[in-house]
Amino acid sequence: MLYLDNSATTKPYKDVLSTYIKVTEEYFANPSSIHKLGSEAEVLLTQSRKQVANLLGVSDEEIIFTSGGTEGNNLAIKGAAFANRHKGNHIITTVIEHPSVLEACKQLESIHGYQVTYLEVDGNGRVAVEDVREALQKNTVLVSIMHVHNEIGTIQPIEEIGQVIKQNSNAIFHVDHVQGVTKVPLEFYKSEIDLCTISGHKFHGLNGTGALFVRKGVQLVPLFSGGAQELQLRSGTESLAGNVTLAKALRMSFEKGNQQIESLFQTHKKLRSELMKIEGVKINTPEDFYAPHIINFSVPALKSEVLIHFFGENNIFVSTTSACSSRSKKMSQALLSMNKSEDIAKSAIRVSLSLDHNENMIDPFVSTLKKGIEKLTKVMR
Amino acid sequence: MEFDHILIRFGEISTKGRNRKKFVDRLKTNIKEVLNQFPALTYQATRDRLYIHLNNENHEEIVEKLKLVFGIQSFSLAMKCKSDLTDIKEIALKAVKSLYQPNDTFKVTVKRANKQFPHDTNELNYQIGSHILIHTDDLKVDVKNPTINVRVEVRTEATYITCYDYKGAGGLPVGSGGKAVLLLSGGIDSPVAGFLSLKRGVELEVVHFFSPPYTSERAKQKVIDLTKELTAYGGKIKLHIVPFTKIQEKIQEQVPENYTMTSTRRMMVKIADQLRQKQQALALITGESLGQVASQTLESMVAINDVTSTPILRPLITMDKTEIIDIAKKINTHDISIRPYEDCCTIFTPANPKTKPKVDKVSRFESFVDFDELVKEAVNNIETLTITLDQKGNFEALF
Repeated sequence: MLYLDNSATTKPYKDVLSTYIKVTEEYFANPSSIHKLGSEAEVLLTQSRKQVANLLGVSDEEIIFTSGGTEGNNLAIKGAAFANRHKGNHIITTVIEHPSVLEACKQLESIHGYQVTYLEVDGNGRVAVEDVREALQKNTVLVSIMHVHNEIGTIQPIEEIGQVIKQNSNAIFHVDHVQGVTKVPLEFYKSEIDLCTISGHKFHGLNGTGALFVRKGVQLVPLFSGGAQELQLRSGTESLAGNVTLAKALRMSFEKGNQQIESLFQTHKKLRSELMKIEGVKINTPEDFYAPHIINFSVPALKSEVLIHFFGENNIFVSTTSACSSRSKKMSQALLSMNKSEDIAKSAIRVSLSLDHNENMIDPFVSTLKKGIEKLTKVMR
Repeated sequence: MEFDHILIRFGEISTKGRNRKKFVDRLKTNIKEVLNQFPALTYQATRDRLYIHLNNENHEEIVEKLKLVFGIQSFSLAMKCKSDLTDIKEIALKAVKSLYQPNDTFKVTVKRANKQFPHDTNELNYQIGSHILIHTDDLKVDVKNPTINVRVEVRTEATYITCYDYKGAGGLPVGSGGKAVLLLSGGIDSPVAGFLSLKRGVELEVVHFFSPPYTSERAKQKVIDLTKELTAYGGKIKLHIVPFTKIQEKIQEQVPENYTMTSTRRMMVKIADQLRQKQQALALITGESLGQVASQTLESMVAINDVTSTPILRPLITMDKTEIIDIAKKINTHDISIRPYEDCCTIFTPANPKTKPKVDKVSRFESFVDFDELVKEAVNNIETLTITLDQKGNFEALF
């Protein structure tokens, strides 16, 4: 089996699973209970938060545990918009954001009367820093821009954007770092980031785990009302085992990243050059500012779904676009935004690697692709 | 930028005459312990300087840790280059560029240890200075009071350049001033008293009075966490947990309500003093501040102090609460201290404690019970933990 859909979700590390079982079995108490078991659970919770904060280079009290990327993005965007309503009602984001950002913004527009500017991207899927500067208004309260694109792998100029926002406005800067964390470095403070989302199952943690970085002094209105857990920003009894595994998976992935990231770049480059040799394959991932684990290409003659199923028959698992939108059978909006043709957008395939992959995956993948193209183009003609 | 070594200047140590060697050795030991996670470092002590050779270790983390070590007046990162005029000029410029702000001033101070070097000191000053001046904007020369002093030391084997001094923590090396026992309740004051004692070179052992079920595991954890913060300044600390429940219950039973607080404090001092003797420490330390609460009036101090002739150091005695809080915030203990758990000092607080207790009265109240026996029992059942800077919790395997 060759699992190449790691941007959709990753396989949890074995050690992460054993931690989950151990914590669930032995430290099941509610961290808010005042007895000894509760106290132990609280120590575990504190330690999880500390570890996540250390790994991200921020302070403990700036980490809020969440259930994942979607919740993190919703809490960041709606929370910041509501808390700063008195300062303005304008939000800036981009056309290529994840649905959990775009739909949250649309909801703010349609129900709550906010105005949203959706910035366009260039042919590489990049936002122009100048466009951000021009879009900033007096009443802009929030800018939300992702770090690494989930379908294409394009890296946005987050640090420059952060500086521009800081210098020209009082807006809060949110970054969706779900695809980037542990693979593409990001300095939160230096990039003037106020809110930043990560999700556990994208780095070999578990589904239903995640964290939101909330910079000291940034006000949010919580989405959930209740027992005031997580510094009053996210009520609900903590998923203790989930949070411990998040800390563990993050550590393991950062450690692995330190060792393997160079080799992953090599694999990426080699895979790209092999793909370029195949007639009929167009590569959509840009040659500059790309993340090492994502490579997106199209075979315009073949609808992506057909090729996906062919790969599946050969035990190779890839995605059409993002897992979240692939079931809606739509064309890749991100690719259309990058001014690619409909044929390209209809036939996009995303290969997403994990830190464990090396050049050994290239031959079986490329030879299967060649076979597929040869066999299917005959039929589909 | 490639840094070669760190140069450390001593503070008051330099004035300590014949004890100097002892002080410097102690400082070196403390620095080594604080930096023990960097095995490649090598150390070299001279009469008035200490050098840490980086051997490619990460200087940023080391700088952060050194800032906390008592006994250091200041320290600088030094760059190394070939003793060659072109190289020296380039590196000096690089060093200045890495830290100057517009409208800063600078001067160059050359020390030409290698007297064979083809250019003399004046010429070097001039050459390096003009190179920096030409290649920077908004930077002027001021030889009297410059913002940046570029020190260049030309030696035969290499040239060393430093231009920024980090302020050290001052004070004296921890351990150079003997050992004392700190009474740590879990409140805001006592960790600050511990910190200030460390600053004057005192090595600490910590004692905490634990009264389950009246105080909780969380209160104990709080004290462990506070002690851990204090280890950043002088390395590992022994934490003694005294089982105090029986004594507190006995006091409640035997002593009139308005005197319970005085008695409780007296018992604490007795126990701490016996522990001090056992651990061969010389003094006790408390976080008392004059007049802050009933137990901290002069009259109360007389009544409490009556149980021992051991010196009790009270570093906070004349400080205002706000001043104490400022320090607590600086040393990261404030947020731990304000966790809302009852401790040995807050349980059983009488509504109207005596602010002017009488020694003879309190002794008489206590005379009806054999407190000495209870004190002995408590001392014998002390649980001792060793708290270290990189303390691994019990749960390390889970992370």
